[in-house]
Amino acid sequence: MKKIEAIIKPFKLDELKEALDKIGVKGMTVTDVKGFGRQKGHTEMYRGTEYKIEFRSKIKVEIIIQDEKVQEAMDVIADAVKTGNIGDGKIFVTPVEDVMRIRTKERGEDAL
Amino acid sequence: MKRQKLIAYFFLAFFFLCISICTSGKVLAASDPVGTATGKAADLGVDAGTLTIGKLADFVGHNTISINFMWLLLTGFLVMFMQAGFALVETGFCRAKSAAETMMMNFIVYAIGMTGYWICGYALQMGGVGGFASLGGGAALSKEITITLFGKPFGLFGGTGFFLAGASYDVAIFAMFLFQMVFMDTAATIPTGAMAERWKFSNFCIFGLFMSMLIYPLYGNWVWGGGWLAKLGENFGLGHGMVDFAGSSVVHCVGGTAALAGAIVLGPRVGKYNKDGTPNAIPGHDIPMAILGTFILAFGWFGFNPGSTLAGVDLRLAVVAVNTMLASAAGALSAMLYMWYTTGKPDPSMSANGMLAGLVAITAPCAFVNSISAFIIGAIAGVLVIWSVYFVERVLKVDDPVGAVSVHGVNGIWGCLALGIFADGKYGAGWNGVEGTVRGLLYGDASQFIAQLIGCLVCFTFVFVSFYAFFKISDLLVGIRVSKETEIEGLDIPEVGALAYPDFQTIVSSEL
Repeated sequence: MKKIEAIIKPFKLDELKEALDKIGVKGMTVTDVKGFGRQKGHTEMYRGTEYKIEFRSKIKVEIIIQDEKVQEAMDVIADAVKTGNIGDGKIFVTPVEDVMRIRTKERGEDAL
Repeated sequence: MKRQKLIAYFFLAFFFLCISICTSGKVLAASDPVGTATGKAADLGVDAGTLTIGKLADFVGHNTISINFMWLLLTGFLVMFMQAGFALVETGFCRAKSAAETMMMNFIVYAIGMTGYWICGYALQMGGVGGFASLGGGAALSKEITITLFGKPFGLFGGTGFFLAGASYDVAIFAMFLFQMVFMDTAATIPTGAMAERWKFSNFCIFGLFMSMLIYPLYGNWVWGGGWLAKLGENFGLGHGMVDFAGSSVVHCVGGTAALAGAIVLGPRVGKYNKDGTPNAIPGHDIPMAILGTFILAFGWFGFNPGSTLAGVDLRLAVVAVNTMLASAAGALSAMLYMWYTTGKPDPSMSANGMLAGLVAITAPCAFVNSISAFIIGAIAGVLVIWSVYFVERVLKVDDPVGAVSVHGVNGIWGCLALGIFADGKYGAGWNGVEGTVRGLLYGDASQFIAQLIGCLVCFTFVFVSFYAFFKISDLLVGIRVSKETEIEGLDIPEVGALAYPDFQTIVSSEL
């Protein structure tokens, strides 16, 4: 099993969820996050004076998925959230040792 | 089912009973649905046949004064509600981490200010005014302390009415206390905005007493209590003396100038200025709150200005009310358009400042100008407030989170001068004991403008020096500024022991 963490533009969340639904992803965890990458921050205006926003608002989506579906999921995520502009985000993949469904104590992929 | 049927029958029967009662002549005879039959001679407790003209005139007089009382008190209640407007505007323009403390200052200034004003503020301000014609009383306020300069009497402060006790236990004096007290409290709450997010709460409490017991009453006496600025016309031939209908100078310039002195002594918030002196914007945490507060203030201003006729039977109040709302619209519009044109966006917070600036500017001239002048005065105020905000922030390097110095100080002065320019000679016959109506520069009386100029200079100089000294001395005695740690963490817990928003996580990572 692998964990896929995708940092995406906030307004793309609905499209991402729909796309993952279609390939049978059963659950996800969504968090509001702030950060910067190559896009860096940007300046805003308040009462005629500029100020810097160093950390941009993004959304982090976490899903746990079977090894053989990782490539498909990554493609689906990238296709769903891509705008082609700087700041589209990143996808991280890490191994997951085990999973337990708390209600039934099922383990491993059965628990997904 | 049965029960439901029963209930239905019951209501049907009740309905028909109501109809039959409504259409029966007997019941109608005792009621007055239109209102024209209510209020007769019998209600005065006299027999119309034996009523004398003198007695009748007494009744009319009592009624007239009653209407004035009702007007004064109701508009006073409206002005009291402006405290809520100030609280929302100032807190909305500040950050979430100090919101409870900012609210607490705006809240408790009402109680502190009222107490101080009751002890001696009212007496110093109005103790020598000699009575209120529109309220038919108040003659007990008869002692003005004066000195003689250039062979003329200079009224400095009043000497009766302390604690509203003794001869001041009088309905007219009480009614005027309520009205004057809410005006004073408006001035007292203005500096809390400019000095927000770094002012020690204990120092603020002492400030509240100093403002309500001494500085506001003194300047108020000079303009409204029969003091020397009001007599510039009578004694030195300068128009009608300093004329300020509802308080552009007495309330707003006093408050705005005190705010400037305080913000200078305090210094800017941590992170407001970079090392090279360029300013950073520190966005307010709740713009909707600030806009709501702006609307509450605009609503309260219908008490502030029209109430200052001090008489419900002075129908000029319709002109005052319309001028007030026109200037507020002009201020908001000109500020919005200016920001839109110069920065690309119609900045909400600056537009709100623009509306308040228009209101402050029309406060002095509202009774003396026509609608076109009112609109012009408001429109100028809306741009003036933006220039002033830039000047205060970028040239003076004074940190004023809410724009209080610009809205109240600068536009308070503009309002008083505008009266000296635009007063059209329709109103104000016999004002401050000078014959004729009040005319400005454009209507043939340049000396009125001079009187306004002197009034503003005195206001700024007197209030600035007094409060600069007060804040410097109080800094030595009790301290004026919270520690840097407190400021970065937010004043809520260290200063008042309660978070404004405990359910929300507010990230406080940097100096901003």
